[in-house]
Amino acid sequence: MSKGRIAALLALAACALAPAYLGGYSLSVLDNIMTSAIIAIGLVLLTGIIGMVSLGQAAFAGLGAYASAYVALNFNINPWLTLPVALLAAAVPAALIGALTLRMSGQFLVLATLAWGISIFYLAGALPMFGGQNGLSGIPPLAVGPLVLATDRGMYPITLAGLAAVVWMSLNLLDSNFGRMIRTIRYGAAIGESAGANIFLLRLTVFTIAATFAGFAGWLYTFTLQFLDPGAFSLDNGIQYLFMAVIGGVSNIWGGLIGAAAYSLADRFLSGYLQQFFGQSFNVSAIFFGVVMLILMQTARGGLWPFIANFVAPARREVAPLAPIELPHAPPAGGRVLQVANAVKKFQGLVAVNDLSFEVEAGEILALIGPNGAGKSTIFNLITGLLKSTSGNIHFLGRDITAQRSREIARMGLGRTFQHVRLVPTMTVLENVAVGGYVRHRVPLWKTLLRLNRDGERRALTEAAYQLERVGLLLRQAELAANLSLGEQRILEIARALNGNPVLLLLDEPAAGLRFNEKQQLAGLLIALREEGMTVLLVEHDMAFIRQVADRVVVVQYGEKLTQGSVADIQRNQAVREAYLGVD
Amino acid sequence: MNFLIFGFLIQNALTTGAIYVLISLTLVSVATVTRIIYVPIGEIMVFAPFGLSVLMGGQVPGTVWLLMMLGGLAFLQDFWQMFQARSRHGWRKAVLLYLVMPALVAGFSWASAKPNVPFAIQLLAACAAPVALNPVLFRVAFQPIASATRLVLLIAAIALHFALAGAGLYMFGPDGLRTPGLNGVAFRIGLIPINDQFLLILGACLALITGMYLFFEYTMYGKALRATAIHRRGARLVGIDPDSASQVIFTIAGVVAVISGLLIGPLTTLFYDSGFLLGLKGFAGAILGGLADYPMAALGALALAGLESFSAFYASEYKDVIVFALLIPILLYRSWRQPAQLEEEHFE
Repeated sequence: MSKGRIAALLALAACALAPAYLGGYSLSVLDNIMTSAIIAIGLVLLTGIIGMVSLGQAAFAGLGAYASAYVALNFNINPWLTLPVALLAAAVPAALIGALTLRMSGQFLVLATLAWGISIFYLAGALPMFGGQNGLSGIPPLAVGPLVLATDRGMYPITLAGLAAVVWMSLNLLDSNFGRMIRTIRYGAAIGESAGANIFLLRLTVFTIAATFAGFAGWLYTFTLQFLDPGAFSLDNGIQYLFMAVIGGVSNIWGGLIGAAAYSLADRFLSGYLQQFFGQSFNVSAIFFGVVMLILMQTARGGLWPFIANFVAPARREVAPLAPIELPHAPPAGGRVLQVANAVKKFQGLVAVNDLSFEVEAGEILALIGPNGAGKSTIFNLITGLLKSTSGNIHFLGRDITAQRSREIARMGLGRTFQHVRLVPTMTVLENVAVGGYVRHRVPLWKTLLRLNRDGERRALTEAAYQLERVGLLLRQAELAANLSLGEQRILEIARALNGNPVLLLLDEPAAGLRFNEKQQLAGLLIALREEGMTVLLVEHDMAFIRQVADRVVVVQYGEKLTQGSVADIQRNQAVREAYLGVD
Repeated sequence: MNFLIFGFLIQNALTTGAIYVLISLTLVSVATVTRIIYVPIGEIMVFAPFGLSVLMGGQVPGTVWLLMMLGGLAFLQDFWQMFQARSRHGWRKAVLLYLVMPALVAGFSWASAKPNVPFAIQLLAACAAPVALNPVLFRVAFQPIASATRLVLLIAAIALHFALAGAGLYMFGPDGLRTPGLNGVAFRIGLIPINDQFLLILGACLALITGMYLFFEYTMYGKALRATAIHRRGARLVGIDPDSASQVIFTIAGVVAVISGLLIGPLTTLFYDSGFLLGLKGFAGAILGGLADYPMAALGALALAGLESFSAFYASEYKDVIVFALLIPILLYRSWRQPAQLEEEHFE
């Protein structure tokens, strides 16, 4: 058992025994911290993991709270049955709002969270069925048999168990196939989409999970206080939850817990003691936390967690390689893998690709070369589905992929690397490679949350290790991706692409910026892959490298094909020389 | 609804609309130059009418002390930076903007906080501190993170709003304020009386918009700001200091906010935190213009005020729900209009 886990379990035991030695006031403070922490942990998933900032989490807590209070007051049912009501009351609107708003980029999305956060708050204050500004009172308490769980003391065990469950499920979520994929989102949707994942759906899932956590916190709030008013779910509260998450540190689940504790305790202290000292009309907390947040933004955006993380360095696993069982994409023997026919891409007036046609045969390494601005990257984007061609069509393995999405093409067996390396620097080499096999190892979300995915997890990691062995990086598997040299990172990207079991590998300038030895290593790898039957299409500038690996070369200029042939043909070609060197 | 009520609602919509237009145009210009969504503009707005009432009561408003404190902090920040760089570059600006100017504002405020000082002087003094605060706030809160992502800047802006709202409560207390305005009726269209205050607001709004237009279009400073908006590093290469440019646009924002605050003072009871909601609505207009398009932002702000005015009449309970819920389809439309983004902007 790791040091961190022992510490967590000890803390849990200390908290579980708290009612034995703490008074009512301290318990209510703890209740409050734990309820806030549940919301803050949702925000960690949103902000730290998928890079989305929400100011509206208090509104989701409000939805859960009001729905459960309304049902408990108006229907004669056991109050426990309001729990699923609260969860659904947060999750369903979140899924709808998310479906509408999550396509927005960065700051528009934040403003959207502000907009629905504030509308839900005003709506609760205006609706007569929710008691308007007076709120709802007389909510019946929860009970276990004859034991009534009223007040802070009664609800304490429920809240603690709830928080423990939320932490456990969040940790499970991140330590999984799903978790590795969502951690790529911050580094660009292209990573996930090129591994076949639907990034929008993943963001929506995480968003709904965070909202459900908030709804759960709202439910706890309802039955702890047995009284509701809209003030508890205002925009200000939404902002405070974000502050908690940021102060604790959004890079880690524990950051949400630490932030909620630090924020609530400081808030109690400031408003309890200093307010008396300065008078009622001095909101010390607002000024204090505003200033603290400004200082954090300027000096320590990671919050408190990184300072604590030094003491609990995670044990990084190493696994033994194992070849994947299924190889779904069998390459057609001697057939045609890719066919680009009369592709045209216009950007308004600019014709980037003009009537371009070429083929990639199975088992060959084809290099696409051309001067800067020749349209090579555009062709890449057309093939991978990031751009749609204006006319012409592209066939992959005999199927028309012209109108297909990136992830659909990826799932058919097209792997790619990026010109500027895209890895998750905070994940290990092994985990980065495992991202490539995401689609193969998907399981229903509830299995991931409840840690019932362990067999699949083991397989996902051993298969990733197999790909690392294939490219010669197995010894570095436990290293963080950020610690690798550029050459190794390029090779790591290839391993990630290989983990998707591709038929065709698209490599975007794989040798750019590499040292001589690294280029030799890369060339050796590509030749070895070809011998295994892999087909490779690469864009490259380095002629020495192309000479070493390419079977055929297609030369592009001004978006049109200049010529094609063997490396030797191309080197003799007068037109190519003119294109690169000019006419003398 | 009869014609009279309709006329009142339209007049009301145009009055608040004019204020929203000013705020939204200001937010757009700040956002284009600095990438910052200047959420605290709402606090700056209410500091002016509250400061005026304190001055008229013969006291120096707290904003003056706030300005001197933050000015001192900004000076120390600059001083430290100069010390680390072993350079005296920029010392004049540091002394003038962060020490001399707050001192002048303080002296002016102190001198005009007397019973027999003319109203116009007191008005100017009430404006001075909240305007001078803006470039100082930029230095203290945003300059160290000026090149961070938009999200980080937005969180910083929200944090600053939090702190300033707290400071506002401390300086001006929780009580509401209604400043005296022009009560006369200028003329009537049919039965509908057209108020002097309405004409004043409309006139001020048009004058400020024209002023901003002329500034951006015809002055060297304005052009420099536009250059900074288009490309920060490019502007630096041709000798424009983006930090100073940002401070100029913050100051302009301050001027507009302060005037808007004084204009809206007589129309509604202001509280220390009223500015936030007013700012948010101006903001909604700005978003309608995609935070980049001036005429669209102005139209958006007007449309929003109209919607607010009519929903206040028909369903006053749901006024704010309607206004803010409407933001979502607007945002959605805006983000669809934007070119597809493969890169996400993220926190950190």
